[in-house]
Amino acid sequence: MSAPGGGIVTRLTPGVAAAASIATFLALWQAVSKFGVISEQDLPSMTATFRELWSMMQTEQFWAAFGRTVRGWALGLGLATVLAVPIGILLGSSDFAGRAFRVPIEFLRPIPSAALIPLLFLTLGTNIKSEIFLATFGAFWPLLIQTIYGVRDVDPVAVDTARSFGVGPVERLYRVTLPSAVPYIATGLRIASAVALILAFTAELFMGIPGLGQIMNVAQSFGLTNQVYALAVATGFLGLGIYIVFSAIERRALRWHPSQRPGRA
Amino acid sequence: MRSRTYQSAAIAAEIAVPLLILAAWQAWTVHANDPLFPRLSTILVQFKDMWLFSQFQLHVVPSLIRIAAGFALAVILGLIIGVPLGLSRWGRLLAMPHIEWWRAMPPPALLPISILLLHSIGDRQKISFIAFFCLFPILLNTIDGVRGIDPNLIETTRSYGIRGFEQIRRVVLPAALPQIFAGLRTSLSLAVIIMVLTEYFSSTNGVGYVLLISKNTFQLAPMWAAIVLIGVLGYLLNLMLILVERRVLAWHRGWRAAATQ
Repeated sequence: MSAPGGGIVTRLTPGVAAAASIATFLALWQAVSKFGVISEQDLPSMTATFRELWSMMQTEQFWAAFGRTVRGWALGLGLATVLAVPIGILLGSSDFAGRAFRVPIEFLRPIPSAALIPLLFLTLGTNIKSEIFLATFGAFWPLLIQTIYGVRDVDPVAVDTARSFGVGPVERLYRVTLPSAVPYIATGLRIASAVALILAFTAELFMGIPGLGQIMNVAQSFGLTNQVYALAVATGFLGLGIYIVFSAIERRALRWHPSQRPGRA
Repeated sequence: MRSRTYQSAAIAAEIAVPLLILAAWQAWTVHANDPLFPRLSTILVQFKDMWLFSQFQLHVVPSLIRIAAGFALAVILGLIIGVPLGLSRWGRLLAMPHIEWWRAMPPPALLPISILLLHSIGDRQKISFIAFFCLFPILLNTIDGVRGIDPNLIETTRSYGIRGFEQIRRVVLPAALPQIFAGLRTSLSLAVIIMVLTEYFSSTNGVGYVLLISKNTFQLAPMWAAIVLIGVLGYLLNLMLILVERRVLAWHRGWRAAATQ
């Protein structure tokens, strides 16, 4: 925390430090490649990579691929949310249902969705259905677990109070259970948004479904190293953008929570 | 307290539901008779034939070594980098932009690059790749765990003359350990996923390799046996870590229970 009454200098320093640190990394990348510590064939220079990215960004092909990746990600995450939140509320609010499905969930959750790729090749085929399935499967579990935790963490006194005031079960769900589970769901959504992107990209890279992953695969097969690096940077920015948006949503959902109050840091 | 009938019904459901799911799977595969979905019983026989233990040495051991080495490297690096960063605001200012960038990068996007940079599709590339991506959950949780330590605790131990490495070992690490374990759990499941991805992308052995080869040759039962094995591996590794955590953090839970009474 900056000291109270700290001047503009103390407030600027963190930003300057971060910028300097990033600049140092980029300069180091440039130097390592230019001075041949790692040959330019294996590591294109930073400037060559960004130049390549810039020229790719002028092409329609790049933006079409970018849009397809985002579409696969969004549909997967959306579908996972629509499935996981209601199921999570059900399993979280009923002790019996929660226990009945505990073992299957504990068993299915750690299964790496990547293991399903060969099966999807043979069943759904190399199209967007496989991509959506994979992204949904991956994003489903963190959302489900977080929703269950969130619903279980509802203050029982609040539920009982609502009940004694004659608030019916459906209204209790909307007025008591959901609001207090929202921070947990938001955290699940942040984790799931990253997982869904990883799996959408994985489906494209491994299965040749159109998108950023697929053009990276093509670039790699043709030895277009600059393009491979430029696409990795582009994918990194997409991941960073998704992370920034969803952690902002998470912070907003948690705004009332004691851990987010200023002065407690 | 709920009634005894309810308790026994819940326990019965806990046992019955998984069995019912397996029975339904078997019934459905028998009924569908689809070559893409071999019978559960066929998969289990195949599983026994391949993994217990004729191909265990050939394909499972390399995968396990990659997971273990990559994960261990990530733990060591995560602690070595994470503890100082948790203690130093300037360190965090300088390091966080990089950490935030790499943690948001989808791992498969770096797969082709890892092969270019490391000139390898063998253990060197697999282990470094697993270690790199497992590092970030551990690193971030270590930083948060160390930052969250009550400053009074640090000051008090320092005034008793416990400082430097001794302080980190006796005060900082134990206090941050519950949060570090949260990072370890995320990382370990990530290690399994990344192991499969790297082996499926390019390799000459391992469980992910079996997955790829059996798919390419339309050997459905071995493919399913590999899928089931990966599920079992993920489950068992997670279980092992939970057991270690219970042992290591027993003092913490006891302390928490006492504090909330």
